[in-house]
Amino acid sequence: MNNQVSAEPLNYLNHKTGLWSWLTATDHKRIGLLYLYAITTFFLTAAVLGLLMKIEKSTIGPTIMTAQTYNAMFTLHGIIMIFIVVIPGLAAVFGNICLPIMIGAKDVAFPKLNLFSFYVYITGACLGLYSQFAHGHSPDAGWTFYVPYSAEVNSNIILALLAAFTLGFASILTGLNFIVTIHRMRAPGMTWFRMPLFPWSLYATAWIQLLATPVVGITLLMVIAERTLHVGFFDPKLGGDPVLYQHLFWIYSHPAVYVMILPAMGVVTEIFPTFSQKPVFGYLPIVFSSLAIALVGYFVWGHHMFTSGMSYESRWFFSFITFLVAIPSAIKVFNWLSTMYGGSVDLQPPLLYAISFIFLFTIGGFTGLTLGAVATDIHVHNTDFVVAHFHYIIFGGMGFGFFAAMHYWYPKIYGTMYHIKWAKIAWGFLFTGFNVLYFPMFIMGIQGMPRRYYDYDPKFQLGQTISSVGAVILFVGLIAMIANLVYHVRRGAKAPANPWHGVTLEWQVPSPPPHENFDEIPVITREPYVFDNPYTKEK
Amino acid sequence: MSTTEHSEHSEHSEYIDVETGKMGMWLFLFTELFLFGGLFIVYAVMRARYGEDFHHAALELNAFIGATNTVVLLVSSMTVAMSLTAIQKSQKNLAIGLIFVTLLLAIVFMINKYFEYGHKFELHLYPGSDVMRNLPHGEIMFFGLYFLMTGLHLFHVVVGGILLTIVMLRVKSGKINKEHFLLHENGALYWHLVDLIWIFLFPLLYLIT
Repeated sequence: MNNQVSAEPLNYLNHKTGLWSWLTATDHKRIGLLYLYAITTFFLTAAVLGLLMKIEKSTIGPTIMTAQTYNAMFTLHGIIMIFIVVIPGLAAVFGNICLPIMIGAKDVAFPKLNLFSFYVYITGACLGLYSQFAHGHSPDAGWTFYVPYSAEVNSNIILALLAAFTLGFASILTGLNFIVTIHRMRAPGMTWFRMPLFPWSLYATAWIQLLATPVVGITLLMVIAERTLHVGFFDPKLGGDPVLYQHLFWIYSHPAVYVMILPAMGVVTEIFPTFSQKPVFGYLPIVFSSLAIALVGYFVWGHHMFTSGMSYESRWFFSFITFLVAIPSAIKVFNWLSTMYGGSVDLQPPLLYAISFIFLFTIGGFTGLTLGAVATDIHVHNTDFVVAHFHYIIFGGMGFGFFAAMHYWYPKIYGTMYHIKWAKIAWGFLFTGFNVLYFPMFIMGIQGMPRRYYDYDPKFQLGQTISSVGAVILFVGLIAMIANLVYHVRRGAKAPANPWHGVTLEWQVPSPPPHENFDEIPVITREPYVFDNPYTKEK
Repeated sequence: MSTTEHSEHSEHSEYIDVETGKMGMWLFLFTELFLFGGLFIVYAVMRARYGEDFHHAALELNAFIGATNTVVLLVSSMTVAMSLTAIQKSQKNLAIGLIFVTLLLAIVFMINKYFEYGHKFELHLYPGSDVMRNLPHGEIMFFGLYFLMTGLHLFHVVVGGILLTIVMLRVKSGKINKEHFLLHENGALYWHLVDLIWIFLFPLLYLIT
């Protein structure tokens, strides 16, 4: 069955060796791996910070750190997770590794620009870390950098702002590269609607990256100008307007939420047909719901500011548009479930993660509607409810989507297989720990526990303790999952070219793929999810 | 799709397909417009709030220097476009000369800007100065926007100048020629963007009084 993997053929991992060949690689798969290693490192760092915060909160009063340290920690946790891990995450890692193969191309449109944007990313990430350890106080303004606090506080805000600006630039370049790649590099015969759905979701994402990121770029530059030149755009003392900052910030940062979640939706859309051995249900609705989410997502930013001072009209407008986003999201959920319905469902680790994605994303989505409705938002605004909501979306959505992608494409990337049972147990810990950690925060939020608080009222003791226990379980699961994956890169059993019997193009090339993916560019003659391929059936 | 000719090389071809390269540049130009777009939003909000003050502050700007710089940039846009046509007709020396003129015009623009900024500094009209602090709020906003918008634009002039210098050197070495002029075209596109943004800045800051 695996006649293609005889005696170590040359592939992208071994066609050149040495550290230098990796650091100067323009091969999209290698750049994807560079991103993967960088992002995993930063993710673990920020996850440890999150764990420390939860340990701090396990008892009332100081437990292991001071209040100032706590403030710096949630700021750093936010900056790393949002700007360095989650926003680039799926697009930079799996977009890079899979997009060109899935559309039948040898590489992205601009391979050198791709490498360049990786180094821009690393520069930004290092600036972010440096802001913590440079002379002076660590930034403590939260990842949202709200003025006037961020314009006045005496900590290394400028470095953190520059970091976010630089990371945004890297994100723009990646998005630009993907748009051009999808427009220009599709294999002959691959019309737009013969393109698999993960590339479609990357396409929608890339437009958001391209069109929204510059706005936050200039906004962060304006805050730097506030701090250094005292221009006063956001300073009421000089006639400026702090709410204007919030508008500009969320004009980017809300669409950025869709930069995080859309590729994750794309990943699970690949996984459901493969593990049900059934064509995806409703190809076109999924395509258009991705584009609709990207488009409508531009016009909902105001729902972050219901309590900041907005006119009655803008409140109902933003609330209404926010509810509209729920429609394409729900269409996707129905399509995923219908894809599984009547299929021969094979409950492998990628599918476990994909199913838990639906579960967690749905909870996150519904609680998002609670926040999108003006009346209920005013009650739970700035409470732990919000924190729980966006962790359900970002970690439960994007995070579990990332883990799903990791377990799905792992045999393709490394040519080896991880331990399936071990992966399922790790998933059990992750899923349980996640819910034990974040679900109590919904309840505490409704009861009035504010977000970003170092200390709390005794009535929250039970909830906080449960939540902290969940954090530990989650962390154990995380370590177990990563250990399984890392350990089996070299020691795992050899993986065949198509271990999951998938039908998209990446499964038609050897595992790991050769340097330029295809000896001969394939010619596409039909829709992407047709499960009558003799190649897959004979197994 | 017809771009499979570089498949024989193990590494990627030195030249990117022209349509692909141009598309990348156009998308990049969109992001630049959105970057300035953020400042235009702030301008619009503040202008609506402090119309009177903006009127008074704008009178401080020298419309003559502004107009001169507009003409300078428009002419430079023309010369860079002419240089592209020249290279497409294989007139290498003419192309080099025209890019050189473009660069000279960029320097003229910067010299004008230097005198303009210098004058403002003499009058202590810069963000954070003692004079500025006592001005009405709207005028503070105006000068803040003036410096940030023209400053960011000036930065783009410098980047465009560097880009065109590289283009000029490559034309000289023959790397840019009749067949391969993607970088030249993209450099010219970028320069037109610099011009375009100025065409918006000029009336907003200098003329509406």
